[in-house]
Amino acid sequence: MTTLPLLSLLVWTPIIGALLVLFGAGERNNGSTAKWLALITSLITLALCVPLYTGFDLTTPNMQFGELSPWFSISGLTINYALGVDGFSMPLILLTSFITVIVVIAGWEVIETKVSQYMAAFLVMTGLMNGVFAALDAMLFYVFWEAMLVPMFLIIGIWGGPNRVYATIKFFLYTFFGSVFMLIALIYMAIQAGSFSILDLHKLPMTLDVQHWIFAAFLIAFAVKVPMFPVHTWLPDAHVEAPTGGSVVLAAIMLKMGTYGFVRFNLPIAPDASLAWADVMIALSLIAVVYIGFVALVQKDMKKLVAYSSIAHMGFVTLGFFVAFALLATDHDMQAALGVQGALVQMVSHGFISGAMFLCIGVLYDRVHSRQIGDYGGVANTMPKFAALMMLFTMANAGLPGTSGFVGEFMVILAAFSANFWYAILAATTLIVGAAYSLWMYKRVVFGEVANSHVAELEDINRREQFMLVVLALAVLALGLYPKMLTELMEPTVQHLLQVSLQSKLPGA
Amino acid sequence: MLENGMQTFSFAPMAAELFVLVMSCVVMLVDLFVPGPNRRNSFWMAQATLLGALLITINLSSLPNALVYGAHFMHDGLGTVLKVGLYIVTAIALLYARAYIAERQFMRGEYYLLSLLAMLGAMVLITAYSLLTIYLGLELMSLSLYAMVAMQRDSKQAPEAAMKYFVMGALASGFLLFGMSLLYGVTGHITIPHLSMLPSDEGALMLYRFALVFIIAGIAFKLGAVPFHMWIPDIYHGAPTSVTAFLGSAPKIAAFAMIMRLLTEAMPEVKADWTVMLAALAVASLVIGNIGAIAQSNLKRLLAYSAIAHMGYFLIGIASGTSEGYAASMFYILVYALMTLGGFGMILFLARAGFESDNLSDLKGLWQRSPWYALLMMLIMMSMAGIPPFIGFWPKLQVFMAAVNAGQVWLALTGAVFSLIGCYYYLKVVKVMFFDQAEDKSPITASTAMRVAISANGLAMLVLGLFPSTILAYCLKAFGG
Repeated sequence: MTTLPLLSLLVWTPIIGALLVLFGAGERNNGSTAKWLALITSLITLALCVPLYTGFDLTTPNMQFGELSPWFSISGLTINYALGVDGFSMPLILLTSFITVIVVIAGWEVIETKVSQYMAAFLVMTGLMNGVFAALDAMLFYVFWEAMLVPMFLIIGIWGGPNRVYATIKFFLYTFFGSVFMLIALIYMAIQAGSFSILDLHKLPMTLDVQHWIFAAFLIAFAVKVPMFPVHTWLPDAHVEAPTGGSVVLAAIMLKMGTYGFVRFNLPIAPDASLAWADVMIALSLIAVVYIGFVALVQKDMKKLVAYSSIAHMGFVTLGFFVAFALLATDHDMQAALGVQGALVQMVSHGFISGAMFLCIGVLYDRVHSRQIGDYGGVANTMPKFAALMMLFTMANAGLPGTSGFVGEFMVILAAFSANFWYAILAATTLIVGAAYSLWMYKRVVFGEVANSHVAELEDINRREQFMLVVLALAVLALGLYPKMLTELMEPTVQHLLQVSLQSKLPGA
Repeated sequence: MLENGMQTFSFAPMAAELFVLVMSCVVMLVDLFVPGPNRRNSFWMAQATLLGALLITINLSSLPNALVYGAHFMHDGLGTVLKVGLYIVTAIALLYARAYIAERQFMRGEYYLLSLLAMLGAMVLITAYSLLTIYLGLELMSLSLYAMVAMQRDSKQAPEAAMKYFVMGALASGFLLFGMSLLYGVTGHITIPHLSMLPSDEGALMLYRFALVFIIAGIAFKLGAVPFHMWIPDIYHGAPTSVTAFLGSAPKIAAFAMIMRLLTEAMPEVKADWTVMLAALAVASLVIGNIGAIAQSNLKRLLAYSAIAHMGYFLIGIASGTSEGYAASMFYILVYALMTLGGFGMILFLARAGFESDNLSDLKGLWQRSPWYALLMMLIMMSMAGIPPFIGFWPKLQVFMAAVNAGQVWLALTGAVFSLIGCYYYLKVVKVMFFDQAEDKSPITASTAMRVAISANGLAMLVLGLFPSTILAYCLKAFGG
């Protein structure tokens, strides 16, 4: 085991890199110094993930690569700078670091004004997002969680589309709205437990009434972030207005924080309330899957369509978690594990797919400056390579076997079957609706006659764009063909979570 | 204890106050005879006074807590920390004011003299331990501030604001004085330790509570807590910005000391009464302050309403009635003073001769004009909104923790929900700076000292936020935590 503080490095390298980009490179050489510095920083961050992956112990559900030093004391409680990862957070840190490289490349030629600030904002965000996943102290988690909003607020607001101000303020306030309740819940529990450590909060016994309140507070915070029906309305706005890189980060990573919050806080901290809420949560998830799927079908704006499809896909994640609870109650432990694992696979897979979809739309937008499906048609004639790659991602989005999109959904549907036949039927409609909206959009944009002069003048993707899309395509296929590389990372942690969740935390139980 | 004080009489505990008093006279004389170009000498003398007072206070901090001078004067850790905060705030406010008052033709020696006297009043208020000295300090501070508001004679708004401030302030003092006289009538004492004994008979107890109500009304007036907040937006707006920066920060620190002395130390027996009253004031301030700020298009008014809202959070801590809560409120008020100085400091920084830069629209496109200062202003706004990791978050957290610990989860929840509404108008400021197109493309003219000061002030939001114990530890120590 290395003695390097690997997680700290993963958090602070991008942030320090961002400072260098901002103050060291600035707008020199038309911003190309800033770009290269940002790329190098993101690559170093990605390289730091290698020892994290190889050094990760697959046999234990305990926190690994732990770091602990007291930060300061407030009202008699110590807030620690405590970091650590388990099977849930480690893959997400890998995902974050990976997506950052893609995002830096994606902004390479596209961003023309204030390049250094754009790159710096993304790097800062990467560090903060890694911090969210690695934090083991509730207050540290909260700090990272909130701080992350600031760079995203600026990214959407400065480099976004015409309606960006509305979208970004909505994004900020929605998320902030959720987290104030979380803050009070954290304070309440920390005072009860005498510690801000998340692991201590896991052990805190609470009555069912209190658990209900705590669960509700966390639910508001995380449901907004996921986003779950009915608090999802910020997402289409934010996605549509954000620059491509912003959409990618938003879809690929930020949404995962909501579901990560569920496994890190809701389920282990309030297991009894989670069980009691399981039906409601399943219902909301199914509404997201089915209803939002239909909403996606009628979108005329490509980004909006993918945004709604993200909500539907994230519905699978929450479905997986809470189906597991319903299953635990009826002693279907195996299937419960399947549900949770499927949900986690879906998180990572959706990170790749949605990121890739937004990049594809970005590629088209950079050329035509329109996101309307109606402005396209016959793109395959002028951009064959692009059409092929986008085909793969569209299929993955629809859940085609062999791609990563299939694995998670299939596992969750299987688990849902054991819980309730109708859950599974409703969840499975996504395979039809998902195929419908994805493929229909693809057909209208890519196939057919060349629709107009803009499309006729399109140039196929250059090397830079090829590179980022091909890398993502490989990731989608790899995860689709060999999901074990992800599931084996999570296996002990999933088992541990289910064990913890089985134990009632009611006092005296 | 009193007798001991008489036997070994020493000026030491009030050396800082005496020093400031003497030096303010010296500043007046220096300004009369050798002001130097642009009153440079007066300025530096004032700053030297603050530095000297700082050194004296730090030196004296090792003395044990003592009640001296006939029990009118308290030397304790609380006073030391607050006074140090006061010096820093005053020094920054004077620095920010320099160019502003010169450009507006009211760079006179009196500005420095009055600032020092107002600060002296605040110092007396902080250490005062009897009703008399409290009132003395309060009036010295208030009268100096009235004059400062009125100093810009050729402005239309300033004299009007001064008039309002004076009338309102006099009314508040009247309330306070009436409460104090009732208290004296009931207990027969004016020193704080003697006031805490509840009178035994029903009628006197009634009067004691009556006194409490008037004292709280007086305090709430001075703090600008709803429903005694009406003067705040007008005065903040009408006063010259440099005075507003001072007015919005230093007196709040002193007011905290006044609350500590008058409520927690003088009337602990009726704690159940005043915690409820303060909680009600807190909620009302949160509501009116945060909602009122949304509609403002003038930055000074916006910050005025935000000040009202901040007093709401500040009062939550005291309303918990625990020493943990007091420490939280103390932390809050010190951090707030720093943030509000930053906010008004930025307005001063962007202002130039003939241009106040106090409308929200004046900040349009600041990011394009100067990314660095836009970033600093964003740090200040985010800090005020209570977004971690900026410093403004930690006192909010501590205040909420104190409330939850005292069983007032609802109060913490109310505060948290209203911080969401507050967030909106701070975001609006950020939005104007970053997302709107600049109309005014003129370069920023400011002295190097000003640039350094505002940069330090803005960066402090982040740096102190990462290392909050630099302030927090002293607050906890002041309350023996």
